[in-house]
Amino acid sequence: MTQDREEMKGLLPTKLHKALIIAAVPMTLAALYLVFIWSPVERIMGPVQKIFYFHVASAWNAFFAFFIVFVFSLLFLFTKKRKYDLIAGVSGEIGVVFTAIVLTTGPIWARSAWNTWWTWEPRLTTTLILFFMYIAYIMIRNLDMEWQKRARLASVFGIIGFVNVPIVYMSIRWWESNLHPVVMSEGAEGAGGGLEPSMLFTLIFSVFTLTLIYFILLQKGLYVEKLKLQVKKLKAKEQEKMIS
Amino acid sequence: MKHLLAPALAIARKDLYAEWKTKQTITTMLIFSGLVIVTFSFAFDPSNQAVSALVPGMIWVITIFAGILGLNRSFTTEKQHDHLHGMMVAPVDPSGIYIGKFLANLVFVLLVQVVSIPLLFLLFDFQVPAYSSILYFLLIIFLGTFGFIAVGTLLAALASHAKSSEMLLPILLFPLVTPVIIAAVQATRLVLTEQEGAAAALSWMQLMGAYDVIFFAAGFLLFEYVLEV
Repeated sequence: MTQDREEMKGLLPTKLHKALIIAAVPMTLAALYLVFIWSPVERIMGPVQKIFYFHVASAWNAFFAFFIVFVFSLLFLFTKKRKYDLIAGVSGEIGVVFTAIVLTTGPIWARSAWNTWWTWEPRLTTTLILFFMYIAYIMIRNLDMEWQKRARLASVFGIIGFVNVPIVYMSIRWWESNLHPVVMSEGAEGAGGGLEPSMLFTLIFSVFTLTLIYFILLQKGLYVEKLKLQVKKLKAKEQEKMIS
Repeated sequence: MKHLLAPALAIARKDLYAEWKTKQTITTMLIFSGLVIVTFSFAFDPSNQAVSALVPGMIWVITIFAGILGLNRSFTTEKQHDHLHGMMVAPVDPSGIYIGKFLANLVFVLLVQVVSIPLLFLLFDFQVPAYSSILYFLLIIFLGTFGFIAVGTLLAALASHAKSSEMLLPILLFPLVTPVIIAAVQATRLVLTEQEGAAAALSWMQLMGAYDVIFFAAGFLLFEYVLEV
């Protein structure tokens, strides 16, 4: 019985996780306050510019999540520890969610700023390819085979996928500059240096908040994965009992 | 070096010899590329002069789709009688298997291109502006196909573990080969449609070269993890 309890302990949220959640609530509220009330409305673009705080923060988190996938894929290939594989997998899923946020908020903003939903600009195209690539990564993770093999295949893809990202970005930038000699104005993103201090503060704050949420999601995902494994184990045990 | 190249050449020769006997894959790839060209002729009116600007893109669409057919079979046929296990227990470096498979696939796709590209030029009445650019064109074709097959061989081995590998492979492969395809299409366009295009295409060729080196090295290093059971 005590052994069971020991096992259960690893499955329950730690104090750190609870603390992070408790910290996240006021952080999120503060970020929303800063974004919608405190920070000034942009003179030319108007209130639609406020989407940019979420957009940039999600983009940063998406790249960060894919970087984590890369690091933990490498770690897994060297150590073969299941924990690393789980972290890489959960991080990949969160990264896809953040990329989806980037790809939906971007066009909404672009519609009013550039008067078009989409342009084949390097960042946009790279993000789209990134999205497809990590959907493929999730597909590999959902293959029906033993976890060691699946984890190895996913790690290989996680590594070459991340290596590919800078090359994709570079090639698309060259392609674009060949088509349009005049580099298009980058909108709010390119104007990082000229941002109003209060806007910059809001941006940094929302990036921090979403990064915190990323870590919470990562931990939650890990708990879910661990619980799944535990359920599988218990099921196998129960089946054995019924057979004997 | 010797125990890397010898098995690689043995595997490549085996694949090519088996193909020479059955001619299964290469025939399918050739017929398929012919059908793609026919479909292009419906989609883009060949008598329209503006369509010749699309020919460089068509070359690479044919390469990708015909290449996928070949890559799909590259490892699934090895599964039939557990050949793959045989290769894995053989006392050779797994990277040797990668190089062997890579060479065989490269030869298949290059053969298909040798037939389909002249056919495309013929059927779309495409005139090359300067004959001096032919050499550059061939180099671009080689560089682009090299990169495509280098990634394709690794991912074909990866996808072959899945039950639905034919469906999985394109989804894995297409996003990863975007840089090399962009570079290849742009370089081909510059060389084929502009008089002084060769100099402008040089930077694209450098990009393709870098891509080829990076992904050939990645395949070389990571192949053993893909193969292990």
